[in-house]
Amino acid sequence: MKITYCDALIIGGGLAGLRASVATQKKGLNTIVLSLVPVKRSHSAAAQGGMQASLANSKMSKGDNEDIHFSDTVKGSDWGCDQEVARMFVHTAPKAIRELSAWGVPWTRVQEGSREAVINAKRTTIVEDKERHGLIMSRDFGGTKKWRTCYTSDATGHTMLFSVANEALKHKVDIRDRKEAISLIHENQRCYGAIVRDLITGELEAYIAKGTCVATGGYGRIYKQTTNAVICEGMGAAIALETGVATLGNMEAVQFHPTPIVPSGILLTEGCRGDGGILRDVDGHRFMPDYEPEKKELASRDVVSRRMIEHIRNGKGVPSAYGDHIWLDISILGREHIEKNLRDVQEICKVFNGIDPADEGPKGWVPVLPMQHYSMGGIRTKKTGESQKLHGLFACGEAACWDMHGFNRLGGNSVSETVVAGMIIGNYFADYCLENDLDIKTQTIEACLNKESDKIDKLLALDGKEDIFAIKNTMQNLMDQKVGIFRDGENLSQAVDELQELLKKTNNITVKSKSRAGNPELEEAYRVPKMLKLALCIAKGAEQRTESRGAHYREDFLKRDDKNWLKRTLTHWANEEDSLPTITYEELDIMNMEMPPAFRGYGAKGMIIENELSAQRQEEVDDIKEKMDDEGKDRHEIQDALMQFDLPMNYREKNERVGE
Amino acid sequence: MSQQKDITISVLKFNPRDKESHPKFVEYTLQETPGMTLFIALSKIRQEMDPDLAFDFVCRAGICGSCAMVVNGKPTLACRTLIANYPDGKLQLMPMPAFELIKDLSVNTGKWMDNMSNRVESWIVDNEKEIDITKIEEKMEPKIAEEIFELDRCIECGICVASCGTALMRPNFVGAVGLNRVARFQMDPRDKRTDEDFYDLVGDDDGIFGCMSLLACEDHCPKNLPLQNKIAYMRRKLVSVK
Repeated sequence: MKITYCDALIIGGGLAGLRASVATQKKGLNTIVLSLVPVKRSHSAAAQGGMQASLANSKMSKGDNEDIHFSDTVKGSDWGCDQEVARMFVHTAPKAIRELSAWGVPWTRVQEGSREAVINAKRTTIVEDKERHGLIMSRDFGGTKKWRTCYTSDATGHTMLFSVANEALKHKVDIRDRKEAISLIHENQRCYGAIVRDLITGELEAYIAKGTCVATGGYGRIYKQTTNAVICEGMGAAIALETGVATLGNMEAVQFHPTPIVPSGILLTEGCRGDGGILRDVDGHRFMPDYEPEKKELASRDVVSRRMIEHIRNGKGVPSAYGDHIWLDISILGREHIEKNLRDVQEICKVFNGIDPADEGPKGWVPVLPMQHYSMGGIRTKKTGESQKLHGLFACGEAACWDMHGFNRLGGNSVSETVVAGMIIGNYFADYCLENDLDIKTQTIEACLNKESDKIDKLLALDGKEDIFAIKNTMQNLMDQKVGIFRDGENLSQAVDELQELLKKTNNITVKSKSRAGNPELEEAYRVPKMLKLALCIAKGAEQRTESRGAHYREDFLKRDDKNWLKRTLTHWANEEDSLPTITYEELDIMNMEMPPAFRGYGAKGMIIENELSAQRQEEVDDIKEKMDDEGKDRHEIQDALMQFDLPMNYREKNERVGE
Repeated sequence: MSQQKDITISVLKFNPRDKESHPKFVEYTLQETPGMTLFIALSKIRQEMDPDLAFDFVCRAGICGSCAMVVNGKPTLACRTLIANYPDGKLQLMPMPAFELIKDLSVNTGKWMDNMSNRVESWIVDNEKEIDITKIEEKMEPKIAEEIFELDRCIECGICVASCGTALMRPNFVGAVGLNRVARFQMDPRDKRTDEDFYDLVGDDDGIFGCMSLLACEDHCPKNLPLQNKIAYMRRKLVSVK
């Protein structure tokens, strides 16, 4: 038996995991990062448009601060988020971006003087102040009051990932790629590490650590049509679920992005619309202002995606061999802008569709259609990032439901969350590893390892008629069709039944090659059942949630129901042999909210079933604000009186801004 | 878009960890579908014909650099390779040379790139200056940020290394990817290293003086990085270091 001991084990080498590894390593902990792929190839690299942080440097972001970022995030979440966590996040984001700047990210900078921009399909001149020349620039994104998204052209995730990965190398973090955690080692409600499979040799090893942090990203590949990389199969969340102890939060909250390109599903950044791009229908008509007169193309993603499908259902889609789609028109931004700020978008359109989006008129229009993009749900954690149920297990980034996104995430907030959570949770995680000793017997470890080894032998010995690739395809199509953008009770209930059937079928497959190493079909054979369990958590959670909130939209329950559904879904897998997850709920406390539930400012009006506490808390909040305003208190003091939050390190300190 | 046709994909299969395995070409015939890329074709082959076939894809969008392989003699990103661009429908795939072979089309670029990154110290060296992240960031000329970004676009796919004559002769050659990283930090005002410091890292035949200026790196770079220009610039800089 091969056992590797370390102080801090991080599973997942994207931005969140790598940033957390710098935090633990800096606190003197011997840290190992495990990754399916070389870490610079992680899906974080695909984040294009940018990272939200309220620096307020550029003209169009003047006056921005944590309060406005907070309000945008809470509205975006459709009041599903944990407001304390949202506060922790917005307060740390400016520090994160400034740290990344020192680590080498070549953020696009403010250029003094006048420049042309397209706002609401009209050319406009913006003049930047001389004193702000050279500070970090920002662009517009959906669902935000200010231009807050900082960027490096449209390769923001790439430059961030390279900087953080190289910083981890600089701090001598032990990074091991092509390693897959296939189960978590736990005993008496405490996690001690993972059983890990080497993807080159097929060998199983035990990694034992004082603390384990999962940062494996989302589970988009449960769907057929997704912008996610092929490695985004949710294995981190799945192995947490399989402990039977840890819970997953809000799994039914799945985001669909408005503008992946058809048919490949490769993402075209929200920056396309943020920079002034518009959506057109079969007649070339710009239809979003008809539905969303105020925010137009820049309402939140859940709203824009639904409006697009609604418009297609109204017969205005563009027919194609792949079904109906919508046009994205960025040609109105001009070639110069595209070739500088939307370079990867142009490259993707050219390579995969033979379209140059800088070409004027219909020739440059690009076919787009909403597809799965982001997993708001994940391993449910406390504010410190530790699982509520399984001690010593932490999670950060998309893999977690720390819950700053609630039922819909704002564009630019995810890549921002990765590094912010890596900083905050990374430090809490480090403290846990410093304060706790290892007290696990090697017999226990050996038993865990043997169990996984036996499972693989069993898989290889199966002699059934089912095909694991076919099961996976069926699951993916099923999720698209029945657990997609528009949901209803009947389809969801069918999905739950069919997914259970598929899970059964995975016991009746044959893995053709019997090799334990370099055997892609074997990998599918142990991953797909895990994916099916996640899919069941999503479908079951969606079936039970009889309301519409953020990205979870029920055509049979159109209203957001604050009276009955202001709660977070918690899912766990009680017994190994169960075919369904067990679901419980966690109430959100309106009386502790800084911003009680209200209308988001976009989406359909009059679609809320009010909770009477909302008005009561709003009154309290208004009174406190008024009184403190009169006393001459500043915004920080008022915020502190409304809702308190803590942060590690010096992250609680105020963020300096020009002219504030 | 070309007509749908039958295509033949020939793959060099070999598992160096299996004593019984010998390198051999295996042919797969399948029907082209509209917009088919090598990502789609190879995934189909694995699902329907050969579940044992090894290859690497992650983003399938030309962003992550995982899937570089040799297609009809030229190293390229498989995910961006459109079958329609091969009118005779014949594609021969081989793993990239210069990297450790894992199996079939899968090579260990990650290990190579980590070594390179450590060797050129591919990070900002600021002599442990602690920055105060609660304060406004240091300003930077927008033009300089753009120039750094231009070089920072490298995705470490390994194509420049697989194309490189020197890299094939000198296994320790740092490659265009490494020299590009050095050029990137050399121009970054946040990095406090001097030309002498960079000379210590790459001032030898395994570094800047190993390049024979054949420039296949630039010809094949999927990100169109200005490698020729930057290598020449760094050589001029470092040749003058005493």
